[in-house]
Amino acid sequence: MTDFTLTDLLGLIRSCGAEFDLPIEQAMDTPMAELGLDSLAVLQIAALIEQRTAVPIPDTILDEWQTPRRIMDDVSDRIKVA
Amino acid sequence: MTRAVVTGLGIVAPNGIGTAGYWANTLAGRSGIGEVSRFDVSRYRYRLAGEVGDFDGPQEVPARLAVQTDRWTHLALYATELAFADAEVDPAVLPEYDMGVMTASSSGGNEFGQREISALWTKGPRFVTPYQSIAWFYAATTGQISIRHGLRGPCGVVASEQAGGLDSVAQARRWIRSGTRLMVTGGTEAPLSPYAMTCQSPTGMLSDAQDPASAYLPFDATARGYVPGEGGAILIVEDAAVANGRVRPYGTIAGHAATFDAHDDTSGDGLRRAAELALADAGMRAGQVDVVFADGWGTPERDRAEAEAIGAVFGERGVPVTVPKTMTGRLYAGGAALDLATALLAMRDSIIPPTIGIGTPAPWAAGLDLVRDRPRPGALAAAMVLARGFGGFNSAMVLTRDGCGPDQEDR
Repeated sequence: MTDFTLTDLLGLIRSCGAEFDLPIEQAMDTPMAELGLDSLAVLQIAALIEQRTAVPIPDTILDEWQTPRRIMDDVSDRIKVA
Repeated sequence: MTRAVVTGLGIVAPNGIGTAGYWANTLAGRSGIGEVSRFDVSRYRYRLAGEVGDFDGPQEVPARLAVQTDRWTHLALYATELAFADAEVDPAVLPEYDMGVMTASSSGGNEFGQREISALWTKGPRFVTPYQSIAWFYAATTGQISIRHGLRGPCGVVASEQAGGLDSVAQARRWIRSGTRLMVTGGTEAPLSPYAMTCQSPTGMLSDAQDPASAYLPFDATARGYVPGEGGAILIVEDAAVANGRVRPYGTIAGHAATFDAHDDTSGDGLRRAAELALADAGMRAGQVDVVFADGWGTPERDRAEAEAIGAVFGERGVPVTVPKTMTGRLYAGGAALDLATALLAMRDSIIPPTIGIGTPAPWAAGLDLVRDRPRPGALAAAMVLARGFGGFNSAMVLTRDGCGPDQEDR
């Protein structure tokens, strides 16, 4: 099974230019837009996760990936299925 | 008619970032031309360029924007910050639909594009960043400036190759005259990626000289082409009636005209007409212009055409002529915008910056009063900037110093 950790996700989010100074627990439930990330940034995060985990991520997840926690949960589920 | 004045300058040039450093180096004749350092240029025929060496884009713009945009946009975003500070304007407190953006671009985000095309062919389509969709195209810089500063009035981009730096400012003036209060205008370019250098190579117009000191010598008997460069200038243009009292404007955009040559027309007639029409637009005579910032292409045929055009409009040795871009190379869409900024500084300080490196002027340039090697002091009430672009673009703009010029009766 491919490993994808919270640290990985936060690293990817930051690499896309998110600038936030929140405790991780709080950031996890903060809408992506409030972290400074627009829909293109979410697409970029999806592409980077796909490259890292080799698990296919459909572009249609855009609407569902509203917060980092939603991303984390969704990616974990996909890895389990894979 | 509403008078459009320049109230702020943001300069990012190969020989200086920020107005003070750029202007001091320009007056001192210090060049920013050298061998390309950003990639291994040893396999390339053309190796010299004017790089904005001390500018690290990702350090100078917010991280989120840095990853989404090309170096050309980084340069413009930084120059815009400088220009707003210089104009003493905080756009956040002004009505957002009263401000717009009109920049020039001639090659878009070519470095960003090269990186993503490389990812496409070496790794696959899933490795192309979605930001490619917004980073490469000509309007990207205008859009990012607009978003960053909340400027929601008229916005656009002018793509008229190396004449764009003037044409964008002319368009900004039109919007000011139509009632917009403030425009961010001018242009930058970052044409020094391997891909961009490859694209420029076949024009036959670049200098293949190895010595930076003698590579780009417009109007010289040994002129052999030009050196490309990156950077440019962003100008804040405002309605004089609004700007008045807050800050002293550098000067007025008094006249502009653009013409277009057929591809086989090498006469300089189109440039002459642009200069004459710009004077007519300003309501001025040639004798009222105190300095001409020439286009200075750097190939014999084009230099000759320009020398003839200047001679036809101003007479033999009728006006001092200078080409400060001999210190930067040609910055494409940024070049003429930087010339405008330089001309405004020249008028402010009553001094003409020099053309450097010229040894022996070409015989047909004998009629030009070229300001060489050292700056020339003297009061300057009006300046003309000339610009040409590959493919037939000609443009001319007349600037008048604050308090001078025929349209200042509102003061």
